[in-house]
Amino acid sequence: MVNGLFDDASLMQQGPVNLSRRRFMLTSAGAFVLGFGLPARQARAQAAQGPKYRGTQVPAFLEIRPDNTVRLQSPFIEGGQGTFTAMAQIVGEELDADPSTFLVENAPAGDEYAVMDSGMRITGGSMSVRNGYPAMRRLGALGREMLLQAGAQHLGVPVSELTTQPGQVVHVASGRTVKYGELAHVAMDLPVPDPASVKLRDPSQFRWIGKSVKRLDIYEKSTGKVDYAIDVRVDGMLHAAVQHAPRLGMTVGSIRNEEQVRQMKGVHSVHRLPGAVAVVAERWWHARRGVEALLVNWVEAEPGVASDIRVMPADFSTEEFRKHLATVSGKEENAETKGDVTRGLKNAHTVVEATYFSQYVNHGQLEPPSALARYNPDGTLDVWLPNQAPDMFRADMARRTGMDAEKITIHSPLLGGFFGRHFLYDHGSPYPQAIALAKATGRPIKLIWTREEEFLRDALRPMAAVRFRAGLDTTGCPVALDVVSATEGATEGLGTKRGKDLDPTALEGLTNKAYDIPDRRIAQLFVRNPATLGYWRSVGNSMNDFLYETFLDELADKGRQDPYELRLHLLRDNRRLTTLLKAVADLSGGWKRGPFTAADGSRRARGIGMASPFGSEAAAIAEVSLENGRVRVHEVWEAIDPGKVVNPAIVEAQVNGAIALGLSQVLLEETVYENGMPRARNYDGYPILALNQMPRVHVKIVESGEKMGGVGEPPLPAIPPAVVNAVSTLTGRRIRSMPLSRHDFAS
Amino acid sequence: MELNINGIQHHVDVEPDTPLLWALRDDLAMTGTKYGCGLAQCGACTVLVDGQAVRSCVTPVEKVAGASITTIEAIEQDDLGKRVVAAWVKHQVPQCGYCQSGQVMAATSLLRQVPHPTDADIDAAMVNLCRCGTYNAIRAAIHDLASGSTDGGA
Repeated sequence: MVNGLFDDASLMQQGPVNLSRRRFMLTSAGAFVLGFGLPARQARAQAAQGPKYRGTQVPAFLEIRPDNTVRLQSPFIEGGQGTFTAMAQIVGEELDADPSTFLVENAPAGDEYAVMDSGMRITGGSMSVRNGYPAMRRLGALGREMLLQAGAQHLGVPVSELTTQPGQVVHVASGRTVKYGELAHVAMDLPVPDPASVKLRDPSQFRWIGKSVKRLDIYEKSTGKVDYAIDVRVDGMLHAAVQHAPRLGMTVGSIRNEEQVRQMKGVHSVHRLPGAVAVVAERWWHARRGVEALLVNWVEAEPGVASDIRVMPADFSTEEFRKHLATVSGKEENAETKGDVTRGLKNAHTVVEATYFSQYVNHGQLEPPSALARYNPDGTLDVWLPNQAPDMFRADMARRTGMDAEKITIHSPLLGGFFGRHFLYDHGSPYPQAIALAKATGRPIKLIWTREEEFLRDALRPMAAVRFRAGLDTTGCPVALDVVSATEGATEGLGTKRGKDLDPTALEGLTNKAYDIPDRRIAQLFVRNPATLGYWRSVGNSMNDFLYETFLDELADKGRQDPYELRLHLLRDNRRLTTLLKAVADLSGGWKRGPFTAADGSRRARGIGMASPFGSEAAAIAEVSLENGRVRVHEVWEAIDPGKVVNPAIVEAQVNGAIALGLSQVLLEETVYENGMPRARNYDGYPILALNQMPRVHVKIVESGEKMGGVGEPPLPAIPPAVVNAVSTLTGRRIRSMPLSRHDFAS
Repeated sequence: MELNINGIQHHVDVEPDTPLLWALRDDLAMTGTKYGCGLAQCGACTVLVDGQAVRSCVTPVEKVAGASITTIEAIEQDDLGKRVVAAWVKHQVPQCGYCQSGQVMAATSLLRQVPHPTDADIDAAMVNLCRCGTYNAIRAAIHDLASGSTDGGA
């Protein structure tokens, strides 16, 4: 497997800089691969010079091979969202190299790849393209500049006489050309030009940005040729499987049949880990069979001892917790206030009150978590694992092992789906166990969690009970809105201590709504969750826009307003959202609420949802009917305005995917805990959307030209309310919680 | 245990009740076939046994000894499989890609039995889960293949 050059940064630090770049290394697999980049410390020093220009260490990112292919180290990981292709488009546009000639990989850990405005490196928050866009364009332009200078040396002409065409430097006067691949070995040893000096291409001249360039990873993914973390193997490797304590915080007491299991065929060894037992074997199937045979006496957590763990109480039930959230009182912390909501409610003609609920949900990515850990003879450690933030994972491994971070190499294969699953969750990932087992056995260990262990230790999207009170004026228009959400945000749910400020992910989607309601207050009533919380595609918006937008339809009904006309009214001074809402109505053939009889004789209705998540705007309309008491979604129309778009086909694919996940949540998904344990441990108990439940999807991309927003998450939050609002119209029943499978529509 | 996989006879030293999936992945290093659930729920492990889509995670190797097993590694050696892959590329079906080995196998099996499937046929046969939501692209690719108006593209 690949060993990065960063393994021995101190050695490289002693050598001249040009020796540290682009050197082929013989790998254990016998293949030649490239090491990249400047020595880590040098890069760090350069990064420390100032945040104005990030991602300017061209040789750390780019290698141009003799065959003219461009190998790009992407700061952002590919997990299906198309970011590798987008990075190739953006860099290729300025480098003047066709994106189809790119080979993109996830960059190793290292400060030079922290190209985000925050100075961090995370693939998440729908940030990659919008946050990487300026840096990656500049990177391409710097690379092109270096190739032009190398071309001038090579051709013996002034650089001012040269230009480029895709993949080559051109001397127009003489008609001579030289391929990038022939110049790269010189170009990449040249000093990187001043980032302020490069001229970026005029957007009107873009060849690839803004076009539906084909994805770079499709053929490999259609033929099983991609190695995900779960597929990686190294010489001498053993396999491991674990059985976790049924509740977090419990520890291993005794194992009643350890010796018997040790004697089982293929079993190498049996291990005790914090809150888990493990079996190591030559084959994973043997490890799994062994570990599932282990009879463990689990010991309850001692109260107060494990202060860094969310100890799961033995009596925890989501049904009881839901009731608690609905009734609990406590400090209400304001996240957003405007006008005077008390006065607004007092003066209102009608006051409407209702409590709405969201449920816990699992990530359910198809690739189960795994980690492969190998200690090397020189004392270094290599770890392969699915992750959204290599530097953060490496720092965590350094903390856990006491090793210097630079002695740990993180390998980040393509993700078999993530949806927020592969962020750093304490007790939510197998790598600490894999590292411990590699240490204990002296062999490389690949640990795969079964789907059942994954359902037991996944970090959940938070629950909330939101108490709405709204005031309507005499015309039935909302003029005051008071919102108190009893919840815990995903970010504050990561640790065991709450931050000083409110967690914006707790209320996003209740806050930052564009509707003109003059008197309002949005507040959080913090309730600590017994379960471990995490980020789920579109995070707080994944539930909060459902809660808000369905209550808005309830208000429309109470005020005898059409929900589409009411939204247009409340957005009357917002041109961007008025345009978007009208665009989705037009896309659906004009707003038609129903109920109406469709061509096939079924009774149907349509509903609307809107959301402003992750810097983008979205509006959706869903058409539903009932079949045997179950909701069927026939059509979804969605208009999305991410400001500017890099790849329309990928945006459309992301909208399709977000619609599927949004539908899955609203129709089917709910993580239920009873007696401190999840009821479902596999897809049989936790159904997710299948092909026969997928509606036809119609997408309209609106490019307003506003600041570029996200794409992966923004299309999701408008979907659940669009569906539920349609169902309420169809059935005449107000629905205040997800999933719809909880509700019986047969009666 | 003797297994005929992709036209080649393999000897694997496993117990007869070992799931085919793990013989493929751990004994034969054929990792294109994926583990997703282990319960025949998700379909990521789908392979063809005598042309039929089978969930390898719950199929003991003893049940398929003597049968002809096709995995994603050899899908393009089959004319229909090659067309399915080409249609997958033309319609840009995969996102994360993890379920797609199984989807391609399931689609190949469906089209072998029903060359011109209706939407209802596709609903009934294509029960493999995809968390990325590529279902509409899958349906479009299968219809494209069935229409005969294209060789699957590419």
